[in-house]
Amino acid sequence: MTPLTVVAGQAVSLPEADVDTDIIYPARFLLITEKKGLGAYAFADRRADPSFPIGTDNDRPILIAGPNFGCGSSREQAPWAIGDLGIRVIVAESFGEIFYGNCFRNGMLPIRLDATDVAMLRGIAEAGGTISVDLEARTVTAGDVAIPFAIAEDRREALLKGWNDTLRILALHGDDISRFEAAQQRATPWLWTART
Amino acid sequence: MARTLYEKLWDAHVVAEADGKALLYIDRHLLHEVSTPQSFEALREDGLSVRRRAAQLAVADHSVPTHDRDQPIADRQAAAQVALLERNCAEFGIEYLTLTGGDQGIVHVIGPEQGFTLPGMTLVCGDSHTSTHGAFGALAFGIGASECGTVMATQTLWQAPARTMRVTFDGKLAPGVTAKDMALAFIRETGASGGTGFAVEYAGEAVRALSMEGRMTLCNMTIEAGARSGIVAPDKTTFAYLEGRPRAPRGAQWEAAIAYWRTLASDPDAAFDHEVVIAADGIAPHATFGTSPDQSLPMGAVIPADDRLAKPLRYMDLRAGDALLGLPIDHAFIGSCTNGRIEDLRAAAAVIGGGHVAEGVRALVVPGSMRVKAAAEAEGLDHLFTAAGFEWREPGCSLCVAMNDDRLPPGARCASTSNRNFEGRQGVGARTHLMSPAMVAAAAIAGRIVDVRQVAA
Ligand code: SF4
Repeated sequence: MTPLTVVAGQAVSLPEADVDTDIIYPARFLLITEKKGLGAYAFADRRADPSFPIGTDNDRPILIAGPNFGCGSSREQAPWAIGDLGIRVIVAESFGEIFYGNCFRNGMLPIRLDATDVAMLRGIAEAGGTISVDLEARTVTAGDVAIPFAIAEDRREALLKGWNDTLRILALHGDDISRFEAAQQRATPWLWTART
Repeated sequence: MARTLYEKLWDAHVVAEADGKALLYIDRHLLHEVSTPQSFEALREDGLSVRRRAAQLAVADHSVPTHDRDQPIADRQAAAQVALLERNCAEFGIEYLTLTGGDQGIVHVIGPEQGFTLPGMTLVCGDSHTSTHGAFGALAFGIGASECGTVMATQTLWQAPARTMRVTFDGKLAPGVTAKDMALAFIRETGASGGTGFAVEYAGEAVRALSMEGRMTLCNMTIEAGARSGIVAPDKTTFAYLEGRPRAPRGAQWEAAIAYWRTLASDPDAAFDHEVVIAADGIAPHATFGTSPDQSLPMGAVIPADDRLAKPLRYMDLRAGDALLGLPIDHAFIGSCTNGRIEDLRAAAAVIGGGHVAEGVRALVVPGSMRVKAAAEAEGLDHLFTAAGFEWREPGCSLCVAMNDDRLPPGARCASTSNRNFEGRQGVGARTHLMSPAMVAAAAIAGRIVDVRQVAA
């Protein structure tokens, strides 16, 4: 995974609430079994509207989204498609929970801020100003205002270092898992029958 | 210390802890063709194998056609996707339920009916409606494709504990009112994101009175309120459903399992972070009017005036002040992991009462699994449906997600038993009204949305 430390540049604003992952990545494109190049299908059914702000030629690394962004289906194609458009940071009041977690696993940073801060950043985005996100310092900076944001420490570290979740669990907790399994086989043996 | 059911399930699966999170052991993983190609690819890239093969079970459901099951899949992309799942399963040693083997179906229908889903488990799937399995008193939640790979390789996931919410449905449901209406009423009250960060436990007289099918409908829709899991404490209804299922424990193991499962209830004095109480006897049949599952109305009410509804109402071609009662529909869909089980098909068939699908309406019945289909056919439900003008299909997700060739044209208006009324969910520009199976069947016959209480004699 590509590490993420500082992301700076212009931001694109999509103020709509409850933008679900069906809007981000319509289901009919889920037949594609690839992970790369999905930006071509991002927001596919919205782009026909000329006023829709995010095009396939997007060059802005930050998205200022509306509340409950990424709700609905768990499809990871949603963050893959957004990431493929070069977006690495998404700021919103709230996120769909599965989408929120999926972002981290793909080197993207979702930031929850309160409504006033989101509105302020949206204003800057719409005026074409630049925004800088510093994950080390946990701040979003625009002009001379620096807004702190909260993030779980393990997630921050994993993003900063570009860790692979799976390999890390195996390296650090292989023995813990084996110990757990042995104990569970004794306590609830029906979970460990021949077929399972 | 008094604990909630969620906390008991959590505590029983902690492998390691750090930073307020737990590395949770995952007992079971269900796989389908759409969310796993990239998970297997990640295993290959990292040179990893599947840690516990028999804890995984795979089936194709999302992209499979619901007709001509004996023929090869016509759509090239869909055929390739299903073939890839089968190949990946063969390569990594995972059991795959074939399209013609009699056990295929929607992943959330087959888990329980196979007895693969059991009380007390942790269960995941690369699908948000994995919350369905919580109906058995399991901690079940949807994950992304990357996590599917992590589960296959490690049988664990790092998770932050959720806050707990208890939703108590007091009293009894009125005739014609179902688990689907309970779900829509709860989501309307909570909002599409009101449950974010919570694990929901459903309790109360009306929940205890639900069949397992009803409990699955309720837990299934929990994600539509933003919560990743919905749980119902297991009881004799749960045990009766599971006994004798192909993968359920037997003999002495069954007895031991039941003894443990009986301990899986929230302690009487356990504290929840949030409590919601809903009078079940006050719930009317619901239908959605907008493009988010929280935009629903009890039958008889009109669409409220609210600026925030402007966009969804434009999409749905409706206005504030409009009633849903009497609204003409041109499509009807009975199926999905929300309402594609035998009890749902029975409820839909029961309101046909010698009627026929209205002219100009296309109505599909898509059983949730081969086993559901076989059970329905043994009862003669297929004849009832086809004689009334419904199409009787093969199992799959079908019009719930419109990834196969079941797709609605732009502007179509569909009464649907599925779980999401999102823009374009049933086809670009198509309009979805979510409701219960009996409400959908009644709408198909009337050609417009009707109150099932006025139809059911
Ligand atoms: S029936 Fe619908 S909600 Fe259920 S798994 Fe299939 S696509 Fe998802």
